[in-house]
Amino acid sequence: MTILDKHSAYRHAHDTLLQHGVDPLNVRFDSVLSPTEGMLGGRRTILLGTNNYLGLTFDADCIEKAVEATRSQGTGTTGSRVANGTYDGHAKLEQALADFYGRQKAMVFSTGYQANLGILSALAGRGDHLMLDADSHASIYDGSRLGGAEVIRFRHNNPEDLHKRLRRLEGAPGHRLIVVEGIYSMLGDTAPLKEIAAVKRETGAYLLVDEAHSLGVLGETGRGLAEKAGVEADVDFIVGTFSKSLGSVGGFCVSDDPDFDVLRFVSRPYMFTASLPPGVVASTLEALVKVRAEPWLRADLMRNAHRLHDGLTALGFRTGPEANPIVAVAMPDQELAVVFWKMLLESGLYLNLALPPATPTNVCLLRSSVSAAHTTEQIDTALAIFEHVGRELGFLTDERRRAVGAV
Amino acid sequence: MGRNHQLALVENKGGGLRPHRSDISAIFEQVLGHPVQVADSTNIVEDLGMDSLGVMNFVMAIEDFYDISIPLDRIAQIETVGDLIHAVEDLRSGTSS
Repeated sequence: MTILDKHSAYRHAHDTLLQHGVDPLNVRFDSVLSPTEGMLGGRRTILLGTNNYLGLTFDADCIEKAVEATRSQGTGTTGSRVANGTYDGHAKLEQALADFYGRQKAMVFSTGYQANLGILSALAGRGDHLMLDADSHASIYDGSRLGGAEVIRFRHNNPEDLHKRLRRLEGAPGHRLIVVEGIYSMLGDTAPLKEIAAVKRETGAYLLVDEAHSLGVLGETGRGLAEKAGVEADVDFIVGTFSKSLGSVGGFCVSDDPDFDVLRFVSRPYMFTASLPPGVVASTLEALVKVRAEPWLRADLMRNAHRLHDGLTALGFRTGPEANPIVAVAMPDQELAVVFWKMLLESGLYLNLALPPATPTNVCLLRSSVSAAHTTEQIDTALAIFEHVGRELGFLTDERRRAVGAV
Repeated sequence: MGRNHQLALVENKGGGLRPHRSDISAIFEQVLGHPVQVADSTNIVEDLGMDSLGVMNFVMAIEDFYDISIPLDRIAQIETVGDLIHAVEDLRSGTSS
């Protein structure tokens, strides 16, 4: 018995994957050429699973700002926000985020994961009740445990179930905080936010929306699902990340709560870690300018999302319920999912292989995320590769196409 | 979701505070799709061979049947049918753990 024996079930599951001659958990790019292409095993590969929704990772202005800030202020801050790690850029980025969302307050964290950890743990403490959608991201579950609040899960995207569970809590002391996501990262479905906001109003709970995958993607000005659903006034806290549409790394929270700044002295994941490097702060600030100034990026993104989603459905693949930038194809079993993924990779198409327990309802997924930077030709090439592999494996049959209503 | 709809068909006829093992085994049968013999000492994961999704569906069915919510940290402590009966009793009588 060694100290790591407790993880043997995971080790064995990983060994099973390795028997296919690939390691989906250890893909190593030789180089990344653009937001949509990289070299993998010496092969030029289309990147269709990088959450790089607006394709800003190679934006010339963002790169220039990062280089400029790195030259003038150094590679890192080497300290916490509450010590030596707050520069003018951090304050400017917080101001820009508050301004973008039309909120009074904003806080920047070193990663999106830490933003959820830092906000949830500080908002909901012992005696409070956290109401989590059952399909919430790991950072939401982890942040919930860190704060010591009572955690109750409600059925995914089910406002009635949420309402029922809040009703069961009637008379119990403590605050209630509902936590949902704008776009869920595995299937790309959105929360029924209008209905959830109504439950929030009726029960007097607080509402937090994690817009990690919907910032810069949904809503007239790219503020996310709350903007698209027209319920921003009902959302007390918005959490998000810089590592998807903004092309860098880091996380944030915005709010109109007048006491919000107290979180800077009680949120441990905010305080006990080094702040973002100046180069990251500078490129993020510039990316936020692009989100506001270049709305056509969102139009390009959604056009690509529809092309991929509709194309895969027409071929006979089972995709998620909505055409959003995350397009997930369900596979009947893990064996086929791994082989299919490997053959896509060998044909020059990279996307994410998502397996249980990281997926909802134990489904195996080939998870794509499209970018505004993908060309129509790249989307069509991806579809052709999907079709080729699907036929090669005998997966795409006329029967299956009829079953999903493709013919 | 199909399974969850089915589970709603199991009616709560007991009404009392004390959960009946027969109700719990009926809910197990709905989730697993075959009859099971349960005792207080039955281990939910090991003896009944449930995966994490099965456990979650089962817990949500139990919650609906008894009109309670079992907090996550409480679920983590439940290993046997006996533990589950205790947890349901506590939550229905309003005793905190």
